[in-house]
Amino acid sequence: MENFINGFINNEFITALIISIIPLIFVLLYALIAILGELKISAFMQERLGPMRTGPWGIFQPIAEVVKLLQKEDITPDAVNKPLYNFAPFLMFAASYACFAVIPFSSHFIPASLNLGLFYLLAASSLGVISIVMGGWASNNKYSVLGAMRSASQIVSYELPASICLLTIAALTSTFTFGGLGVSKELMTAVGGTHNGFLAGLDIQHINVAQSGGFWNWFIFGGPGNITKIWVIPFTMGLALIYFIASLAETNRTPFDISEGESEIVAGYFIEYSGMKFAMFYFAEYANMYIVAAIMTILFLGGWTSPFGDYMNGPIWGAFWFVSKAFAVVFMQIWVRWTLPRLRVDQLMNIGWKVLLPLSIVCFLVITLWGVLH
Amino acid sequence: MQAKEIYDVLKTEFGDRIISFNDSAAGDPFIEIQSDKILEISLFLRDNESLLFDFLNSITAMDLVDKLAAVYHIYSVSLNHRIVIKLFVPKDNPKVPTVERCWRTADWHEREAWDLMGIEFVGHHNLIRILCPYDWEGHPLRKDYQAPEFYHGIKVN
Amino acid sequence: MGEKKKVDVEYSPFESDKFRVNIGPQHPSTHGVLRLEAELDGEIITEVIPHIGNLHRCMEKHCEFKTYPQIIPFVDRLDYCSAINNELPYVMGVEKLLGIEVSDKVEYIRVILSELNRIGNHQIAVAAFGLDTGAFTPFLYLFRDREFIVKILEHCSGARLLYNYFWIGGLARDIYPTFKEDCLDAIKRIRITNAEIMDLLINNKIFIVRTINTGILPGDVAINFGCTGPVLRGSGVPFDLRKAQPYSIYERFDFNVCVGTGELGTIGDSWNRNIVRMNEMEESCKIIEQAIAQMPMEGDVREKVPKRVKPPKGEIYSCAENPKGELGFYIVSDGTDKPSRIKVRSTGFSNLSVLPDISKGYMIADLMVTLGSLDIVLGDVDR
Repeated sequence: MENFINGFINNEFITALIISIIPLIFVLLYALIAILGELKISAFMQERLGPMRTGPWGIFQPIAEVVKLLQKEDITPDAVNKPLYNFAPFLMFAASYACFAVIPFSSHFIPASLNLGLFYLLAASSLGVISIVMGGWASNNKYSVLGAMRSASQIVSYELPASICLLTIAALTSTFTFGGLGVSKELMTAVGGTHNGFLAGLDIQHINVAQSGGFWNWFIFGGPGNITKIWVIPFTMGLALIYFIASLAETNRTPFDISEGESEIVAGYFIEYSGMKFAMFYFAEYANMYIVAAIMTILFLGGWTSPFGDYMNGPIWGAFWFVSKAFAVVFMQIWVRWTLPRLRVDQLMNIGWKVLLPLSIVCFLVITLWGVLH
Repeated sequence: MQAKEIYDVLKTEFGDRIISFNDSAAGDPFIEIQSDKILEISLFLRDNESLLFDFLNSITAMDLVDKLAAVYHIYSVSLNHRIVIKLFVPKDNPKVPTVERCWRTADWHEREAWDLMGIEFVGHHNLIRILCPYDWEGHPLRKDYQAPEFYHGIKVN
Repeated sequence: MGEKKKVDVEYSPFESDKFRVNIGPQHPSTHGVLRLEAELDGEIITEVIPHIGNLHRCMEKHCEFKTYPQIIPFVDRLDYCSAINNELPYVMGVEKLLGIEVSDKVEYIRVILSELNRIGNHQIAVAAFGLDTGAFTPFLYLFRDREFIVKILEHCSGARLLYNYFWIGGLARDIYPTFKEDCLDAIKRIRITNAEIMDLLINNKIFIVRTINTGILPGDVAINFGCTGPVLRGSGVPFDLRKAQPYSIYERFDFNVCVGTGELGTIGDSWNRNIVRMNEMEESCKIIEQAIAQMPMEGDVREKVPKRVKPPKGEIYSCAENPKGELGFYIVSDGTDKPSRIKVRSTGFSNLSVLPDISKGYMIADLMVTLGSLDIVLGDVDR
């Protein structure tokens, strides 16, 4: 994609600009769709109509909401720490936007094809918690401090099982890349991957290519391999479930939305924000939903590869498959949100440390052992 | 147990502390007692084997123009009978011992009676206003109460 | 040298600053304008002080200036989720003072509507309780089906929330012809919804772990604090005025008193208080079915009542089992057409007073759950 655009414009700077703007446009469009989706899906689940007045079937409702938020007065309370208070929403949005640098759309368009993509994703997505603590503390409000503390502890504890899920897939990919299992070295070279030992598994390209060839080869179903992989499938499926739960917690969605628990601490860390700064938090929340959905897609659902092998496969179809798989995961997140009650903060920690972490370690051990045996 | 029998039990125990048994008017009969003995009588009512009044429905403060009254509606969950205890206090010095020790319900009900009628419950651990603002003046349920013109600069009425 | 000096300073390696936070009066889950002043040690609650009175409307003072029939609309506004149930003890009290007996038909209609409104109130209580734990969808399901009850009451009285339907000596107007069929339809619908809510909310694992073992209220403490209704029955005390001292015609019906059994959690915790409400809805359905089978359709719904209601001198404490507990009216008549004093023994007032005792040592999220399980309405608490 880079070479393609560069061939037209012949200016590296403008090329880089275009490459970086495409995800931004995507984020904004996606956020509008996701907000509408949340409104309409929740309405459908609760036997309501949802927004109906703005445009046919209410499809302009998210645009109306953005316009409303833009018009609102930007209130900065007197007692806040002004620099941090003003900086926090931008950092929040920047952190989630930064993640989009390595999130692919298809085999031929990854904004920044790093060979340590997964590491970068982990690092960039953890940046968000800093802005949450920053905003919560700088707001100088007891509710927001409580929300920020809850959020920080929650995200830090759920990052561990999530990281172990990532690590497992990275190890599995390395095995496949060099074990001669399913994927050939030529194919790897064809997509421009570098393979330097174990680190190969951290490249998003490799992870996806390793899963190509139909849904049976996805890592949720144990990855490529013959029928003997059948006993590892429960563990990979469990791992996918663990990652899904941990990702719900990382994005502060119900049942883990204790950091903004409406019935307890009203709105948590962004209680004092209004207008566009509030919109930044709001957008970043939806952007984070897409990021974790995209990671889920990359790790377990085959990324941009078609579920039907070579049928409907290719760069353009790749973008279609990737986005629709990610949206399916986003739909799951919305579904869970409107079904379940909220957990309490200590129960949340218990699940994180006493259930998800040991289970993910067990899955890691079993799956890597299986990889080594091959 | 009927009200009259309860009155007899109380009369034998407390003698002339129990002033009268009144069932002449329409509605419920009530027992009138001396105002300073309410705590002892309450404890007796609660702990006596044949009475077991473990449940305080409400404490009502009444303004009878020349005096104030406190009315205790008491019920026994285990024995399923009711009694009404009434006592009168003078308007210029309305002091009644608290029964908070006997029934915890009395905590808020006594605060309400103090707030709205101005009966002072001696021994209550935290006798402050409950329904009106903490710095309100006067006791609104008294018959001769005049609402203030202004409250913190805001016109009342 | 002298003896060793005893040092009695207690060293605590970790001592955190406590801080006070105001929960309410504007807060999504204080069920109205209740202000709770909470002292927190991190997330743990060390003290709660409820400050009530933000909705004090001087109802008792107003009543002294109104005639007896004019008070009925005031009574509606006490616990506005169960307005019909509020009217019942008041009109019963005044009728008893006046010595009026109402006809069987009126009694049956009163019982049916009271029980319908009891179901409606419990539906709101369970819905709001679910909302306190973060479950939003059951809230809308319950409100959707409460509509069937509200429609019946609207058809009878013309109002949807504050009915002014039970008058002294009868009802405001007669019921409509398809009343019985509508009630049976509503019951059918309520049973379907309740089964759905049991699956979706009450037996949800997250809901269970959130609500069990929070805000434990032992039975003897509940009695000592004057708690009534599902709060007392959730603590395992089978006390229901409809059974203990049957008023109206409740002795004619066969129904059970639901108590918290502790099948999950501890007897007296939030989950048990809530399951009592769920079970009571079924009992109310049973009462309505029996009442509809027995009810006569013919007859007048108004007894002969003098134009100016003037009860003789006297006083009466008239109480009934409200959905939230025992609601009592202490009516003192001085022989004129206006009462000399009306004291409302409201359920929420006594039920809320137990909150500081049962929420200490739990987390801030549990405080909301406990408060939700007490099911208070501030119109009732503050009067």
